[in-house]
Amino acid sequence: MPIAKVNGVEVEFEQGMTVLQVAERAGQEIPRFCYHERLSIAGNCRMCLVEVKPGPPKPQASCALPAADGQEIFTDTPMVKKAREGVMEFLLINHPLDCPICDQGGECDLQDQAVGYGRDGSRYSENKRAVEEKNMGPTVKTFMTRCIQCTRCVRFITEVAGVPDIGMISRGESAEITTYLEKNIDSELSGNVNDLCPVGALTHRPWQYHYRPWELRKCETIDVMDAMGSNIRADYRGSEVMRVLPRVNEGINEEWLADRSRYAVDGLQARRLDRPWVRENGKLRAASWDEALNVVAAKLKAAPADRIGAIAGDLQDAESMKAVLDLFRALGSNNTDCRQDGAAIGGGSREGYLFNTSIQGIENADAILIVGANPRVEAPLLNARIRKAWLTGGTEVGVIGQQVDLTYDYAYLGEGSKTVGKLPKAATEFLTKAERPAIIVGMGALVGENGAAVLNALGAIAKKVGVVKDGWNGFNILHTAASRVAGLDMGFLPGEGGLAVADMLKPGALDVLFLLGADEVNASGSDAFRVYLGSHGDRGAHSADVILPGAAYTEKSGLYVNLEGRVQLAERAVFPKGEAKEDWAIVRALSERAGQTLPYDTLDQLRTKLMSDVPTFGRIDYLAPSASFDVASLGTKGDVGDTAFVSPIADPYLTNPIARASETMAELSRERVAPVAMAAE
Amino acid sequence: MSVRRLAKEQPASFEFSKETMEKAQWWIKKYPESRRQSAVIPVLWLVQKQEGWVSEPAIRAIAELLGMAYIRVLEVATFYTMFQLEPVGKVALIQVCGTTQCMLRGSQDLMRVCKEKIGPKDKLSADGRFTWQEVECLGACSNAPMAQINDYYYEDLTPENMAQIIDDFAAGKQPERGPYNGRHNSAPIGGAKVLLDPALYDGSAAKPIDKLPNSEPVKADA
Repeated sequence: MPIAKVNGVEVEFEQGMTVLQVAERAGQEIPRFCYHERLSIAGNCRMCLVEVKPGPPKPQASCALPAADGQEIFTDTPMVKKAREGVMEFLLINHPLDCPICDQGGECDLQDQAVGYGRDGSRYSENKRAVEEKNMGPTVKTFMTRCIQCTRCVRFITEVAGVPDIGMISRGESAEITTYLEKNIDSELSGNVNDLCPVGALTHRPWQYHYRPWELRKCETIDVMDAMGSNIRADYRGSEVMRVLPRVNEGINEEWLADRSRYAVDGLQARRLDRPWVRENGKLRAASWDEALNVVAAKLKAAPADRIGAIAGDLQDAESMKAVLDLFRALGSNNTDCRQDGAAIGGGSREGYLFNTSIQGIENADAILIVGANPRVEAPLLNARIRKAWLTGGTEVGVIGQQVDLTYDYAYLGEGSKTVGKLPKAATEFLTKAERPAIIVGMGALVGENGAAVLNALGAIAKKVGVVKDGWNGFNILHTAASRVAGLDMGFLPGEGGLAVADMLKPGALDVLFLLGADEVNASGSDAFRVYLGSHGDRGAHSADVILPGAAYTEKSGLYVNLEGRVQLAERAVFPKGEAKEDWAIVRALSERAGQTLPYDTLDQLRTKLMSDVPTFGRIDYLAPSASFDVASLGTKGDVGDTAFVSPIADPYLTNPIARASETMAELSRERVAPVAMAAE
Repeated sequence: MSVRRLAKEQPASFEFSKETMEKAQWWIKKYPESRRQSAVIPVLWLVQKQEGWVSEPAIRAIAELLGMAYIRVLEVATFYTMFQLEPVGKVALIQVCGTTQCMLRGSQDLMRVCKEKIGPKDKLSADGRFTWQEVECLGACSNAPMAQINDYYYEDLTPENMAQIIDDFAAGKQPERGPYNGRHNSAPIGGAKVLLDPALYDGSAAKPIDKLPNSEPVKADA
């Protein structure tokens, strides 16, 4: 490996690295604004100047200069210090001194670097320029006078998000960042430009003037708005989660976050269930915990074991599902299901319902067939990964399902199960000739009566074209619910002779229906006694006979398994609202009154039981290498029928009770989804 | 240079004329199919030739023709000041050079004439026939002061010349282009001042070449 000297210290580096990266490797911090390791190199802020020998006797922009063997790099000479001071002085010429009222204040790159590398005072007495504010949509608040033209936002939205909406118009002193005629940014990843902005020019509009960063306490936890399990940091003040920011996890979300995961947090403050309710004479009235639990326990005890059932929702942690599952098995019921959408998955080997290539691994696929999924709304960051593979590796993509803009080119093969039954020759060819082909199966293909047959047909195709072979498992299920894989892992499925979701909801099927945060099913048709345990007054609570207030995802510690089968531990940021309790504790209290006391008194004991029953839960943050499996045995052989695949997510901003309670999500839905729907009519 | 914005009033639509489209296709063909957007500057220029200026519908039409995002074409159109973003005079677009040499030789007097005859700078005249602008150096400093009117240079101007030229344009005439002080291009006024010796031109000053410079190898001991 080539060797360079940084401030006299020798450091090895890989061919193709830049001087900046080599200096970082040697432990030298290089100030920068425009350079970002996940974006293309622009080299326009000039903050990263260093001295390099051999070379011309002047400072060089280290971010755009390739390192060479034998090079000597200096980052602390008088020339470098003076150059940085000069660049900083020029950057500050037109930057307003409004840090005290700026949302970026306290976590601003310009502020920090001005202190670290700037002069002690200003010599500039002329007028500063002012730039009009720009509209960029509901997520981005602009203060363009603060902009230093680093173009990080332009590069992110063009390269990563794949929606070339932002640009820099005019030049020189009049250069401005804007969207075309100030239209809204039409990207589900738009919030990331606010994170990327090194100054306060682009800030989070939904949280504008809501907090100062130093007031917030931080809690590292896991996102539940999609099945990716993105790593997030929930920042809270008092009992309120003020904002959610991404944490770096190379395997999952890199350092991005989708708008839904980021801006739905204001939904945690609205429409909350903060005390138990019991329905009396058709009307709900507030009740005490004792009373509510006793009512439910009496109903559970009175009903025959095969006439009680439980449905788990999409945002549940593994512990609460385990507690409900244990309780219903102890009561003798086999009517349990975690698949609210009725997708034909679960049972059999774990590989049959996982995203086997892993999220990071999908970048290695050289041909991807997407069936019945719209990854752009179901898992925006996965879509960004596919785009990356398409952009850099020339991955070919084929789509069966809805024909939508995915931000990359694809071959459109057909709209539904008929195409799966008789795959066009072109589709088979592009998968067969690929070295590492992958199939992504969305919930849209697996719901409905032919779901199992479609899964079987896809399994047969996968086997035929070599999607699963030694050293490569490219068979992927794209889940939309954060709780789904955990539920399938622990067997939250109908037991022997048990009823599935659709059957449980039929009138007369059950006497007691327990909804564990299940809001995506319509329980109003069921005439059973309905118990709802959850955090928000949404669909499930509306028709419930007893409401037990639970905790939302930021209010409890819990295990979540993401779509690739990675177990992650979410931490509690704040306490549940009002009288609400953590979900598992409510179920534990109920079990005692129902005469089937669960064998755990603490969350730790529950986790130990969960891990001993299902060992995969014991390996937190570990991603097992996916094994080869008999992909052709999935589902059941049958007629695939002729149904068009439709993504289960009709409105990406209203997918769950928290998002539906969020004002920001409502605005995003109005701005981004409604116009499209109107245009289609 | 001030902030450049699209005009407030925009036409409802834009159509490439047959001729513009033919020329545009000629430019597009110069680049590989996957690099169509390389033709953006020539195509913007052709559109400006056709319409006199670059309108917002034209920017969209160009983006669609070249397979680019709208904002990318807008970036180029706003970057280069030679692209007119507002309608300009149909008869004459007068661009008076205001940079140092022309300013020292009296460009401000020319601008005063323009202001009197046409109206304020950068604004379409009341009758819609004239626009005048102050521009940066047009590279004809030896003929200062000068102005570019439509496609041609009008050089060595006096305020009187300028007024006459504007009147001629207004009368539908095409004034003479080039220097207005009687000289040829940028040759000295009143004929040549140097290199006057006739011997320079009859071949008598020439010497026979006995060897080509640097044609012999350097001697080791020299």
